[in-house]
Amino acid sequence: MLIYALVAGVLFGLYFSLVGIGLNLVFGVMRIVNLAHGDILMLGAFVAFGVVALAGIDPLFAVPLAFVLFVLVGFLLYWVLVPRLQGSVNPEMLSIILFFGLSQVIEAVTTIFFGTSERSIQSRMLGTVFSTIRIKLFGGKPGASGPIQIFGQGFPAAWVIASITSLIAIALVYLYLYRTRLGTLTRAVMSRRDEALATGIDVDRISAAAFGIGLGLAAVAGVFAPFMFGSVTPAFGADATVTSFAIVVLGSLGNPLGTALGGVVYGVCYMLVQTYLSSWADLLPYVLLIFILLLRPSGLLGRRVRVA
Amino acid sequence: MPSAFKHALFIVLPLIAVFAVLPSFYQNHLLLFNFVIFLILAQGVNIIYGFTGYLPFGYVGFFGAGAYGFAILVMHYQAPAPLAVLAGGVIGVALGLLLTPLLRLSGAYFAIANLAASLAVLHFVANPALENITRGPYGVSLTGTFNPTLAYNAALVVLTLTLGAVVYLKNSRFGLALQAVREDAVSASMAGVDVVWMRVIAWLASALVAGLAGGVYAWYVSVFYPDNVFSGDFSIFAIVFALFGGVATITGPIVGVIILYGIYNLIGFTTPQYFQLIYGLLIMGLVLFLPAGLVSLATRRGWHVP
Repeated sequence: MLIYALVAGVLFGLYFSLVGIGLNLVFGVMRIVNLAHGDILMLGAFVAFGVVALAGIDPLFAVPLAFVLFVLVGFLLYWVLVPRLQGSVNPEMLSIILFFGLSQVIEAVTTIFFGTSERSIQSRMLGTVFSTIRIKLFGGKPGASGPIQIFGQGFPAAWVIASITSLIAIALVYLYLYRTRLGTLTRAVMSRRDEALATGIDVDRISAAAFGIGLGLAAVAGVFAPFMFGSVTPAFGADATVTSFAIVVLGSLGNPLGTALGGVVYGVCYMLVQTYLSSWADLLPYVLLIFILLLRPSGLLGRRVRVA
Repeated sequence: MPSAFKHALFIVLPLIAVFAVLPSFYQNHLLLFNFVIFLILAQGVNIIYGFTGYLPFGYVGFFGAGAYGFAILVMHYQAPAPLAVLAGGVIGVALGLLLTPLLRLSGAYFAIANLAASLAVLHFVANPALENITRGPYGVSLTGTFNPTLAYNAALVVLTLTLGAVVYLKNSRFGLALQAVREDAVSASMAGVDVVWMRVIAWLASALVAGLAGGVYAWYVSVFYPDNVFSGDFSIFAIVFALFGGVATITGPIVGVIILYGIYNLIGFTTPQYFQLIYGLLIMGLVLFLPAGLVSLATRRGWHVP
């Protein structure tokens, strides 16, 4: 029971890290609260639905497609929305309202084109079909899937694949931030926006790149959402956003490893509470978020102070 | 004539009078009641966001807590409705006190933490383990106190109180000090303003207003579920209405509620997703092109807007 909860928690936690990491990049670089993060996740899930429904292939092929597509969407959105927002009196506050508006638009458009509930049921069926195909493809499972199968819950293969993809994505983000020139500039903008601007860094270009990558990562996480959460509806976005925030704050801003740790801590806590105190599990992300914000506002690995 | 008196005479009095006589001319009582509730909530947001700069993204937490405070008093203690409404306000203030540490956070962190707090209260109230106290997710039915006319009048009283508080903030040293803290907390504290105390008072005042509104709402609808009274729409609508009109004014939130909630009722009920689309676009356009609200159209021309 305990081992099951721990292993499932780590698997889920790695996936949660992928969910949060895009938000971390966007908030860290631009001080903009992307309340539409969860909705991008939801759109990523719809890309997966589309790939499965139109081409009939493994939803893993939706991962690169969703990433490229939403990096481009991110660039476009950035140039439409952000420069104007940055010019206003209180961009951090207004960004919350602006991106809330955006999330409403995304949710409404998705509902208009795809309806509300029918999709979610189909996605669950597709999930079972493709997880069985995956079990055939990846014959030798890592030991982690063993205990999950004993307790016979969820889609074990999908959990493992999602967490492996998350690990790869986090590693790539780490390489991007610490081993490339653009990444170094991104970290410069993250730590002191004004000084970065003064030293001649093209802050707009860096921010647009971070925004695009952040949205791309959210969409990649979204591809796995139907398998991790069972089903996805257009209204799925709002909860996903708050969960992502809990994870990002738990870790710390601008540190992909922090988000990975935050995700795992969150996942393990979630699974433990779910196993032993299931009726209180819904409370966890919110209470955890408030406590972390109050007790250790800079996050588990953070050094930045955010107290008024 | 002092300006506080003028504001009370020319803004508050006519508004209350109109809403007091409207039920005898207009049949849709629930619609008018919702207008009053949103006027209260938008002004409550105005008190905390307009005057201190804290964006209460989980404002509905106080509203829902007030509604459940009312429900618990009526269900378990058979209290008379007006007393239970007051209890709703007390619960709102108590929750506000519990959440005062959040004021240490700045900017977006406060907004997100407040949102998380409201969701935590929702999941706490809706927990099946507390079914004996709150009826959990199965909802509350309070047919014993059902009396829409009285509840509507009580809502008007709460609205009057709220408007009175905003008029006071607009015309007093206290309100001026709050706005100074909003603009630059360090300079304000150098000038002798007790920053923490000021913020806490404004925070508790807006919590009280929302708690009372929640109590009145519970009285009026009498049957509700946790998801109804803790619906994030209340926070969002109140914030958007206040912002659309223009915060830190008396008239701004009123104009915002009447225009936007009016539009909502014209198009909202027939096609919700198209409404959501228009609403989202409207919010985005508002932030991008009119971040200081409708009143900024007038203030830009140099007109004074109360």
